[in-house]
Amino acid sequence: MRKHRLVWPLLVLALLLLFNLIYSPDFFSIKVRDGHLYGSVIDILNFGSPLILVAIGMTLVIATGGIDLSVGSVVAIAGAMACLQISRASDPNSLISVLSAVGLALVLSAALGLWNGFLVSRIGIQPIIATLVLMVAGRGIAQLITNGQIITVQSSKYQYLGAGFWLSLPFSIFVVAAVFAIASLLTRKTALGLFIEAVGCKPTASRLAGVRSRTVTLAVYSFCGLCAGMAGLLLSSNVSSADGNNAGQWYELDAILAVVVGGTSLNGGRFHLAGTLVGALIIQTLTTTIYMVGVPPEITLVVKAVVVLAVCLIQSDQFRAALGGKRKPGTPAAAKSGVKPHA
Amino acid sequence: MEPILHMSGIHKTFPGVKALKNVNFRLFPGEVHALMGENGAGKSTLIKVLTGVYAADQGLVEMAGAPIRVHSPQEAQLAGISTVYQEINLCPNLSVAENIYIGHEPYRFGRVRWKEMNRNAERLLKERLHLDIDVTRPLESYSVAVQQLIAIARALSISAKVLILDEPTSSLDQSEVRQLFAIMRKLKEQGLAILFVTHFLDQVYEISDRITILRGGEFMGEYLVNELPRIELVSKMIGKELEMLEEFPSSAEASGRPAGQLLLNAAGLGKQGSIEPFDLQIHQGEIVGLAGLLGSGRTELARLLFGADRHDQGSLQMAGSGGSIHSPRQAIDEGIAFCSENRKKEGIIDDLTVRENIVLALQAAKGWFRAIPRKCQEEIAEEYIRLLNIHPSDSEQLIRNLSGGNQQKVLLARWLVTEPKLLILDEPTRGIDIGAKTEIQKLVLTLAEKGMSVLFISSELEEVLRVSDRIAVLRDRRKVKEMSGAEMNQQQVMQAIAGGEKG
Repeated sequence: MRKHRLVWPLLVLALLLLFNLIYSPDFFSIKVRDGHLYGSVIDILNFGSPLILVAIGMTLVIATGGIDLSVGSVVAIAGAMACLQISRASDPNSLISVLSAVGLALVLSAALGLWNGFLVSRIGIQPIIATLVLMVAGRGIAQLITNGQIITVQSSKYQYLGAGFWLSLPFSIFVVAAVFAIASLLTRKTALGLFIEAVGCKPTASRLAGVRSRTVTLAVYSFCGLCAGMAGLLLSSNVSSADGNNAGQWYELDAILAVVVGGTSLNGGRFHLAGTLVGALIIQTLTTTIYMVGVPPEITLVVKAVVVLAVCLIQSDQFRAALGGKRKPGTPAAAKSGVKPHA
Repeated sequence: MEPILHMSGIHKTFPGVKALKNVNFRLFPGEVHALMGENGAGKSTLIKVLTGVYAADQGLVEMAGAPIRVHSPQEAQLAGISTVYQEINLCPNLSVAENIYIGHEPYRFGRVRWKEMNRNAERLLKERLHLDIDVTRPLESYSVAVQQLIAIARALSISAKVLILDEPTSSLDQSEVRQLFAIMRKLKEQGLAILFVTHFLDQVYEISDRITILRGGEFMGEYLVNELPRIELVSKMIGKELEMLEEFPSSAEASGRPAGQLLLNAAGLGKQGSIEPFDLQIHQGEIVGLAGLLGSGRTELARLLFGADRHDQGSLQMAGSGGSIHSPRQAIDEGIAFCSENRKKEGIIDDLTVRENIVLALQAAKGWFRAIPRKCQEEIAEEYIRLLNIHPSDSEQLIRNLSGGNQQKVLLARWLVTEPKLLILDEPTRGIDIGAKTEIQKLVLTLAEKGMSVLFISSELEEVLRVSDRIAVLRDRRKVKEMSGAEMNQQQVMQAIAGGEKG
């Protein structure tokens, strides 16, 4: 069943890549320069890394029946915090100052996630409102940290995180691989995944079955914050600067899209991390494609919207059935897709 | 006379299950026709085919002689087929009148004519249902029984020719059932055809004219009520398992067991606005029944014991432990298990498989880090599927695809896996067919023999009397009486429930 769900997202990704191949035949060519691999595919993986990280955290939050709108702001805060620390350090290039800056930024991001989780699970605020608070306030916090300026840092060690190469591949790919592996192991090799799905599907029933639903919610939101923080570090390190105002803007929407395109329902319950990975790659490939094709900037968002709509429709069993001329309203299969059928 | 509705040769297959095999169903104007069958017999599927929720693979549906094809409940309504479900699906925060007319409000110049709507609603309720209530108040301010009548009024306002009542009585008390039946009789006289689904045999014989029986998706026959003795009906519904009913131990045997050591002691336990303080002791291996009308505080009492609601008065202790119980987690750690009466909302987790539903409570007790290996989970699931006779026996099936009775068994399995000392069962047999009901009752007795204590809550008095060693009676959110042994008989309990003076 789970493999079956990946079919449509993978198909869409393949179609996008095929389009690129036809449009520019050297799309898949990878060149070696200075012992590093370069090429469009590598770029997609590299530039898509922050989005994948954010989307992984978002998947788990959505699985609990919640949503986290604050990830974009957390991305900005984490970058700002790390850059501020490094720029203040006596030696911005020392390993200790970079590590402590990174550590501090990550702890702060996890704490911000915890705050969201606290509002949702203890105070009982609806997730969309609770995280909206930090989405708005977070931009302010990020600008406070950077003092309204763009902080630029000169640290080759920090730069390595988002722009460095390891084993001739961008280092950020390894960060993503590690986080994805950790998230998969945590949810599938422990009982955390079962608890998250149970809480997301039926909170009351889960509580009565003895699941500590509040703790699960807290853990998931802080993990999401942590993921956003890491994405912020990759982004700011890539450009060696922190922009409190613009960094991570619209990330929450792209991440939610990636999750939905990947087959996880916004209603909560079953989640698919691999689907999210493919979903995020679809979004990133789409962005790259739009730039490459040279779509006029004023209509890029419209093109993106059309493609995303098509992806969502193609995943809806109801829509496909309607296309095929067969109508089966209300069949259980219709509820499987990430898109909630009109009911 | 021509039937108003005629379904013939209906087939419906779901992946892996033949839900309906060549089923026929006729409904005449001015009759109440009971559709009978165990859980999984295909009653719900047949109704869903009729109301356009599912499309039949094969077969013909005719209304007044003309074939019809409906693709959605809306289309069914337009064709004159309306349904009132067991769980009322109206909007609790809208007014009564709005609920009746939502979707077909009286308009003039694009504006809803509120006054006319309220007036019509009032007249409809008064004339056809003898219900004199304020139609501008929100639906939720009325009891479930009244809400049910309002749902019927809504169906009538769409000028239904066929009214489907899907287990309308399962959450009503005796007097409310009588009120509903009076209305059904009146509607019948007015020529309405009523399809009635219920699990209560008494009610079938009281109200119906005709019975159609399904078993395992097959049509077992159509009978006039006065030509079908009860025992024959039951044997047609459950097939050859009839002997099972007879070998059931009598209550005399059941209460012959000696009581073990004190297990749970509730002293002056209560919660403001929920239940008055009460004392209750439960011993090891004892089955304590809770009897009382709906809303008498049975569920509230159980929820306090489990910590699902926090008590604010008195104390609650399990033998051999010091702490009081304030949350489900604490209760589970103390060895208490609780099967809620609200199976859909507080029991099953629909997105998960049968296996995941079974291991959930055990896994929650172990904590997130000590995952039960997949293989072990499968073994546990298969063991209990076999033990409790759960159909279908595939542990990877999603639980929402199971029938109500089998979902209930999965929930029982969930708790049995945790090997509790005290099992609280709130209406474990509600909405379940006779076969599964007997199985669950027998299981309760077996568990008690093995030393487990059970708190058994049920609206059905006979059932409580049959399984319990001791019965506590509740009335108006207060524990009024406790009885055991010889004084435990139907009349005594009824008297305590009713609260009248001894005659």
